[in-house]
Amino acid sequence: MDESLRQQFVRTVQDFTAMTGIYLPDDVEKRLRELRQSESIENAKTMYDCMIEDLSLAKQLHRPLCQDTGVLQYFVEVGTEFPYLADIESVLVEAARKATLETPLRPNVVEPLGEHNTGDNTGYGAPYIEYDLVPGGSDLRLRMYMAGGGCSLPGRSKVLMPLEGVEGIKKFVYQTILDWGVNACPPLCVGIGLGTCAATSAMLSKKALLRPIGTRSQYPEVAKLEDEIQAGLDSLGIAPLGFGGSHTVLNVNIEAAAHHPATLGVGITTGCWATRRGEIIIHKDLTSEIISHKKALEV
Amino acid sequence: MKKVLTTPVTYEQIKDLKIGDTVYLTGMLATCRDSGHKRVVKEKVMPENFEFKDGAIIHAGPIVGKDENGKQYMVSIGPTTSRRMEAAEADFIEQTGIRVIIGKGGMLEKTTEACKKFGAIHCAYPGGCAVVAAQEVEELQGVEWMDLGMPEALWIMKVKEFGPLVVSIDTEGNNLFENNTKIFKERFDKLV
Repeated sequence: MDESLRQQFVRTVQDFTAMTGIYLPDDVEKRLRELRQSESIENAKTMYDCMIEDLSLAKQLHRPLCQDTGVLQYFVEVGTEFPYLADIESVLVEAARKATLETPLRPNVVEPLGEHNTGDNTGYGAPYIEYDLVPGGSDLRLRMYMAGGGCSLPGRSKVLMPLEGVEGIKKFVYQTILDWGVNACPPLCVGIGLGTCAATSAMLSKKALLRPIGTRSQYPEVAKLEDEIQAGLDSLGIAPLGFGGSHTVLNVNIEAAAHHPATLGVGITTGCWATRRGEIIIHKDLTSEIISHKKALEV
Repeated sequence: MKKVLTTPVTYEQIKDLKIGDTVYLTGMLATCRDSGHKRVVKEKVMPENFEFKDGAIIHAGPIVGKDENGKQYMVSIGPTTSRRMEAAEADFIEQTGIRVIIGKGGMLEKTTEACKKFGAIHCAYPGGCAVVAAQEVEELQGVEWMDLGMPEALWIMKVKEFGPLVVSIDTEGNNLFENNTKIFKERFDKLV
């Protein structure tokens, strides 16, 4: 790949990464403001107001809205006709490094089982990159997520007995959020994956978390469960930040896959009130379009 | 009117505070989290340029930047989960005489007992509101233990009306988040 084109590609991903740390995606900010409006408890309102002030200051000063800018995770959906397939990985790594040093983001990444910080959020397996190929396509759809520490702690995956059914799924989710929700900075985005084994259920739960707020599963039974779990979690009233109020979550999304009849795998991944995820489409001529932050970027 | 605590913080300043009260802090504040607690409690190492006694710490790992003159400044600093420090905090309070511990969420029984016994409080800063907090840092005065990396190092700050800080453990041994957890648990029991 031509070096000047490569630098353009790096710059696009670097700017997209920095943006994801500074602005909330449109759907998350909208929902957060809705919760503030509907909140009736005084102390809870104070907390929401502090969050909303933080969003404004971050925009104004062009700084990461939360100091924990997480481990950078990229989800690549790339057309097989995209001309720079072989360059994607090195471009993402370089963009992650530059975004970390120049924005700046917090250098979080430490070496496995060690306390040595690599200093630039890169290392073996970092940034995390996942690929999906789109046959015949020529665009690169790049999504990213900043996996913070506190909001990653509640994550778990478990294989239930099929007879535990919908009630078993609900109980597992409610128990997890009861035990771990307070410290994960609620109101939370909750992603739930339903699959065959622990691993695929966990991966589906991440996909669910990446799906925008306001979307619902294509399967009516699953969409109904999304609503029921959301209402159930809200009745715990853990948000904002464990101080207690009228909600627990920003939303609940479920990704469900056809699965083995003898297992009911359930994965849970949570994002905080400042769930930072982004989506950009990069075309084969390297022009690009931000999908997730259209409103946030309006001046 | 804002209730402001000023460092050095005396027992008199905090003894009447109750869980749920909102206060602010003016004066000196240092970050101290997992590795910092280990260093103090296990390795018995104290910082050279920060006084823990009658002082305040925050469980936080900031983003620190450099301005055009090369001077370091606080970019973004929010609290981290205080519960991670539970295993060390009671010893930390006893060994250092710290008066105010700031963090995210609550802490558990051992810390609550130590707060009562040695006259300290734990306060929760709203998690994630890291630019608001950075704006309340007047000056970044120094750093120690940089060998631990940016998030774990001990950053020494001069702060002005740092808050809102909600008292989560008071000097009488009351614990806001433990009380809330009981309420959440009762609602959970009705749900399942």
